[in-house]
Formats: sequence, C-alpha cells, structure tokens
Amino acid sequence: MSLNIKVQTKDQYVLLNIEGDVDLYSSPDVREALLKLTKKKTPTILVNLEKVPYMDSSGVATLIEGLQQCNKYQGRFSLVSLRDNVREVFELTRLDKIFEIHKDVNEALANGSV
Amino acid sequence: MPEPIIKIRDLHTSYGELKVLKGITLDVYADETLVILGRSGCGKSTLLRHLIGLQKPTKGEIYIKDVDIVRASEDGREEVMKKIGMLFQGAALFNSMSVGENVALPLVEHTPLESSTISIMTRMKLDLVGLAGFENFMPSQLSGGMKKRAAMARALAMDPDILFCDEPSAGLDPIVAVGIDHLILKLKKAFKMTIVVVTHELASVFLIADRIALLHEGEVIFLGTKEEMKNSKDPRICQFLERRPDEEIIDRDKHLSALVGEGYIS
Ligand SMILES: Nc1ncnc2c1ncn2[C@@H]1O[C@H](COP(=O)(O)OP(=O)(O)OP(=O)(O)O)[C@@H](O)[C@H]1O
Ligand SMILES: [Mg+2]
Repeated sequence: MSLNIKVQTKDQYVLLNIEGDVDLYSSPDVREALLKLTKKKTPTILVNLEKVPYMDSSGVATLIEGLQQCNKYQGRFSLVSLRDNVREVFELTRLDKIFEIHKDVNEALANGSV
Repeated sequence: MPEPIIKIRDLHTSYGELKVLKGITLDVYADETLVILGRSGCGKSTLLRHLIGLQKPTKGEIYIKDVDIVRASEDGREEVMKKIGMLFQGAALFNSMSVGENVALPLVEHTPLESSTISIMTRMKLDLVGLAGFENFMPSQLSGGMKKRAAMARALAMDPDILFCDEPSAGLDPIVAVGIDHLILKLKKAFKMTIVVVTHELASVFLIADRIALLHEGEVIFLGTKEEMKNSKDPRICQFLERRPDEEIIDRDKHLSALVGEGYIS
C-alpha cells in the first residue's frame, strides 16, 4: 500500500518515479518530492506514472502544484506512461489540456526542448 | 453475480410507536445507480441515515464493503464513511463558511493534505459541478440549485466510491434538475461510483437508474430495472408511475374528528 518514490538524475532531465496508489494519504509524499525538485529549479522534470494504478483528485491537485511551481521558473514539467484509468481521470477533469502528457520517456525527450 | 458492495438485511426501525422501516432487505452492487422511490414519509431519508450510520436500527444488519456498520466500532465505521459521500435532502451547507470552506471541510478534518493542495482540489470539485469561481461566495448568496451543487461538491470532496443523494433535484427548475442528473451520470462514468439516489422525479429515474427500488409502508415492494417497472401490473407501482392521487375515501366521522381534534365522539 505504501508509496515508493525514486528520483533518477539524468544528464538532461530528472525522472521522478512513483510506485503505488496516489491518494489522500500518500499525496503529501509526492508533493514533498516534487517541491524539493522545483525549489532547486530543476529545468526538466518528468513524472513517471507507469507504476501508479490509481490516482485520486488529491494526486492530480498535487501534480498541478508541481506544474505551477515549475512554470514559475519556466521549467519543463511532463507526465509520462500514464495507465488508461489514470489518463481518464485527467481527461474527464479536462486537465489533459493543462499538462504535457507523453506515452513514455522517449516520446517526451523526442518532443521537447530538453 | 458479483458480491454486493452494500447489503441491507431485515432492517427495522421505529420512531417511538411509529414503525418506519419494516424489514428492508436490499443489495447494491458496485458501479450501479440504484434509485429509491416511494411516497413522502415512507422512510427513504431514514434509510439513508442508517446507511451512513447516523441512525441505529431497532433490528437488522447493514454491511458496507463487508463491514457491519451497525455494530462496528466508531473508528471502523468512520474508516468506511471516509469513502462515502452524502448529499443531504436540504443541502446542509454551513452558512457561516464560504462555499470553498464548506467543500474543503472534510479534507481539512480527515486528511494530512496541505492547504494549498486542498484549495486546488476544492476548485476542481466546484468546477466539476459547474460552480467554478464561486469558492468565496457565502451559501446565502447562492440560489437553491447552486446550493445543491455546492453540497454535491462537498459530498465529492474525499473522492468517494459510494455516493448517496437524497432528492438531489427536488425544488429545482427543470433545466437545473436535468443538469444534476447529467452530473450524476458523469460521476458514475468518470469515477466508477456506486450511487444511491432518492428521488420523486420520474424523468430523472428513467435517465439515471440502473435499478429501482420502490418503498411502500416500510417495505421494498419492487426491485428491478426500468423496463420491469414499466411492465409491472402491481397497482401500487402503476399508481406511482401514472402519478394518480389516492382514491378519496370519505369517512365523515373520521374526517370530522381529524378536524376538531381527538376528543370528538360521534
Ligand atoms: N426524527 C424523527 N422523529 C420522529 N419521527 C420521524 C423523524 N424523522 C422522520 N420521522 C417520521 O418517519 C417517517 C419517515 O420519514 P422520512 O423522512 O424517512 O421520509 P421520506 O420518505 O424521506 O419522506 P420525503 O419524501 O418527504 O422526504 C415519517 O412519518 C416521519 O414523520
Ligand atoms: Mg426524505
């Protein structure tokens, strides 16, 4: 049940790997990890949601906070490898238009000014 | 057949001498929308209050996700209730708090989330019910329909997987009422919620219900799909569907004693 967060620092970007359900009780951990990166003004943050089977609105709100912080210093914030049901939550709340969403890390790298 | 997410077994309850629920047995399945119909005073709100543990039955059991909520400890019950949203018949907003504070309240009370996260979530829920930008309004500044929608946003605050709505569209103009029905359909689809709705609006029943339960004098006298209901020959169901009033039974003595008070003797 508990959430696992791993930060991988690469040459051109930082990959935030989240593993587990992101819900009312685990979202604060995601927030802490994200804000640590945005405080350092990390230029490119890719959030890997491949191993997130479930995300509720607190998880979505937390990602919005991360995006907002990143926008403040004109960093790049992108979500990758969303499972279908998680992607649906973004679509139905019309947030798929706010986030940059990619099928995987490679697509994100190919498509952006990394 | 999947296991029901809510199981009600032989539920009885009384207010003093008045027996209101007389042995309700009912299952609700995950992801379905069950509509509860019944005449005013038949015990629909009473039943919902039992489902959220606000009232204890005189007899019977209620299991929600296999937790016996009648007999569970306070903590055990609260754990189940966190994932249940309730829209009360009268909206029941706190008038001294803004709309945003009303929606945020369950999150502030029950979760470890930061206020910045809560405020984004609050705006997301208000957006979902069509009240984007109203977070700083006071309930007294809202119309009836807006209050209902704000109450709906609050019921959704904790991302419930089960939602109970007590007459969500009563007293609203038909367009706003249809808007609430569409919101219910959207929630069901988007969040795969199990929804139990009490309503009197037949149009709404036929739009949102997967199954219908008809309560009559404290018992479930019909349980089935819309088609089964339309095809039913039961006179009590036909009366309900055709919106016929009761036959007027004129008992002069009874009528007179009702008007002059108990003491009248013919
Ligand atoms: N707190 C109470 N004390 C005493 N009697 C009550 C109480 N609440 C409800 N009742 C009675 O129980 C019966 C059922 O009430 P309830 O509110 O459950 O009906 P309902 O089906 O929700 O009606 P409506 O469609 O008008 O909302 C009514 O006869 C009512 O007078
Ligand atoms: Mg009622």
